Amino acid sequence: MQDHREIEQKVVQIIAEQLDKDPTQIRMESRFIEDLGADSLDVMQIVMNLEEAFGIQISEEDTEKIRTVGDAVQFIAQYMSRSASA
Amino acid sequence: MTRRVVVTGIGMVTPLHPTTEGSWEALVAGQSGVGYVTRYELGEDFPVRIAAEVKGFDPLLYIDKKDLRKMDLFIQYAVAATEQALEMARYRVRPEEADRVAVIVGSGIGGFPMIEEMHKTLLEKGPRRIWPAFIPAVIVNMAAGVISIRTGAKGPNVAPCTACSTGAHAIGDAFKLIQRGAADVAIAGGSEAAITPLAIAGFAAMHALSTRNDAPEKASRPFDAQRDGFVMGEGAGILILESLEHALDRGADILCELVGYGLNSDAYHITAPCADGDGAIRVMRMALQDARMAPEEVDYINAHGTSTPLNDKIETLAIKAVFGDHAWKLAISSTKSMMGHLLGAAGGVEAAVCVLAICHGVIPPTINYEYPDPECDLDYVPNQARRRDVRVAMTNSFGFGGTNACLIFKRYED
Repeated sequence: MQDHREIEQKVVQIIAEQLDKDPTQIRMESRFIEDLGADSLDVMQIVMNLEEAFGIQISEEDTEKIRTVGDAVQFIAQYMSRSASA
Repeated sequence: MTRRVVVTGIGMVTPLHPTTEGSWEALVAGQSGVGYVTRYELGEDFPVRIAAEVKGFDPLLYIDKKDLRKMDLFIQYAVAATEQALEMARYRVRPEEADRVAVIVGSGIGGFPMIEEMHKTLLEKGPRRIWPAFIPAVIVNMAAGVISIRTGAKGPNVAPCTACSTGAHAIGDAFKLIQRGAADVAIAGGSEAAITPLAIAGFAAMHALSTRNDAPEKASRPFDAQRDGFVMGEGAGILILESLEHALDRGADILCELVGYGLNSDAYHITAPCADGDGAIRVMRMALQDARMAPEEVDYINAHGTSTPLNDKIETLAIKAVFGDHAWKLAISSTKSMMGHLLGAAGGVEAAVCVLAICHGVIPPTINYEYPDPECDLDYVPNQARRRDVRVAMTNSFGFGGTNACLIFKRYED
């Protein structure tokens, strides 16, 4: 199981790659659209890449709630701890 | 009175070079851009393993890295050629005239590479792994869409999809829009990037392609007796067209005038040209009539000249029918001998070749012309470029489905 720090790094790396950004520009409070210049297709692609990287599924409903980088990290951390304790 | 339309910029991405200047230099030098397919491993079971790929293209010169995945290669080529053409024309769309600027850029096939890649993903990983930007990255009209978004052109925006006539139809349709006053400026042409295993296998299955795998640079040999099919090419050719008035008002350098456009259909067969050349004959006559021009005024024809046994024979027959004795005085060449067949982009790059031939007074050759064919007995400017004053140049495009187009360019004289 990955710790919070590892999840954070991996998420930042995936977002940086999709949006062609320097990872240091990406903060936990950065909003995908307003701060990072993503469009709706970028957000969907990022969600898909996160699903693949972490071996998880993110529903459409949950996708709508993920607006910042931190939201994504938190969602994944919770998902992992749920599936670990299950 | 209809308005006059002039060409003020051209952009080319071809298998010879990813720029206009480089492509023209190689065309005049008679170089071949054909080689082995490098982007894919093609096994020995592929009857055709050669093509004219674009080499040394750097999309990052034109497009942000993050946007590349949203554009299959044909869109990237179209953007690159458009940037070059706008640069040559020294033109940028001004907001106050944005709705007077048209974009008419088509593609014969669209995003084959990504369709194949995504289909593989679908089979291997399932539907949830298909990229959200997949569809907009591959559909045929997206070159025109992306160009309008990037340039701010808010006028008519369409994408002809007429196989190998696409680029010529785009330029011709843009010409008519400007002529009748529906736009003042147009970014027009064609783009193609479909050299993929599936497309090669498909064209090979039709026996449309040359199988000269042992000598790729000799494979495209239009009008030569040993021709055995076309060679797939890729790239983009874009022209900037303007009403004469618009070009003069902004002090643009005028490269030449576009004076004639013909378009029609064979109503005959899905792939074969009609045996008596009917469609080709009528389309050239239609363009001449549109230009109010006698056949004798034409100095150069950039032929469709695909290097298939049937096309070159019937195009020759059609040229004789239209031009009579003058057919032997004309210079005719097929630049597909060097660039391969750019399919939907062919009409775009070949229109650009006509413009350059007029500007430079040089006609690029038909290379690999070695063995005369008694049925192809005109002057094809064999193997060596020729210096010749070109006042009027015509270009032919004939597409699958029997769809034909013909354009006539003329030196600008006021």
